[in-house]
Amino acid sequence: MHELSIANSVLEAVQAEIQRRPGARLLKVGLRVGELAGVDPEALSFSFQAITHGTEFERATLEIEARPRRQRCNECGKEFTVQDYNTACPDCGASSTVCISGDELELAYLELEGLEE
Amino acid sequence: MERLSLEKKVLSENDRIAGELRERFRRHGILCLNLISSPGAGKTSLLERTLEQFPHEQRVALLTGDIQTDNDARRLARFGFPVQQITTGGTCHLDARMVERALAQWRLEELDLLLIENVGNLVCPASYDLGEAAKIVVLSVAEGEDKPLKYPSIFFKSELLVLNKIDLLPYVPFDLEKARENARLVHPGMEILEVSCTAGGGLESWQRWLGQRLAAMRAARPAVRL
Repeated sequence: MHELSIANSVLEAVQAEIQRRPGARLLKVGLRVGELAGVDPEALSFSFQAITHGTEFERATLEIEARPRRQRCNECGKEFTVQDYNTACPDCGASSTVCISGDELELAYLELEGLEE
Repeated sequence: MERLSLEKKVLSENDRIAGELRERFRRHGILCLNLISSPGAGKTSLLERTLEQFPHEQRVALLTGDIQTDNDARRLARFGFPVQQITTGGTCHLDARMVERALAQWRLEELDLLLIENVGNLVCPASYDLGEAAKIVVLSVAEGEDKPLKYPSIFFKSELLVLNKIDLLPYVPFDLEKARENARLVHPGMEILEVSCTAGGGLESWQRWLGQRLAAMRAARPAVRL
């Protein structure tokens, strides 16, 4: 259960951004979590709610986009989404493929209101 | 309402410190390995078998992470090499800052090898880069051959799988072939070694792997060590 530590890192990044924008109120935090990131989206949302409770970010929500694992074939170059753990190329059958996404744990965007122009 | 695009890693602060550690290890020519497993799979035993065959002049140090107790550090200290226990006090993984803090106690120019034993946990340590050259996942045959499928992140991110307790194979329902297959589904081409840290089987394959990595690190070492 390291989602609490990760929620804390999210909050620290958010605080740094908000401090640079006087008057801004946080509405939403957009995250991307790959299936290889080893992070449970539900536990992360719960942790974020718990640590922002009673703070200025209390009403902000986390929107988590789950990203599947994608591979590229070293033989034919085909890019494909992995299903049922099968990392072999669906086109040419080669077993030599490399992971190109699905391990991300990224802060994609913030939705803010009250920004001063 | 305005959308502000950030596009940054959530653990960018940890990754920044890990990057600094990796650079320090490179400058000093230190091989750093991060051992990860569930509790009781045999990380400490593998380290004991490793240390006992090292000559006294081996320039190795160990960091061992646990939520509570310094039992592991005491088990490892009897070999005479420098050991530090990192007691996380509840945190289920080591992070780069904990490693950075612990390293302040040592002179890196006196080391060739740093072995980090992470907190026993197959999930959380996978997310935290410690600046290591490689993560190594230890899995014991008592745990079941489906672990790579249940915990894909750590098997994907580890360079090497050490299957431990193979002396127990006659007594537990563990399909060795299936375990290898599952690991390589998650991590195509993953290197796998089979050992028994208590009965002694297969350890020469681990020593050979470690020896090759140390030799590669020596070959890549900067001419002037800082």
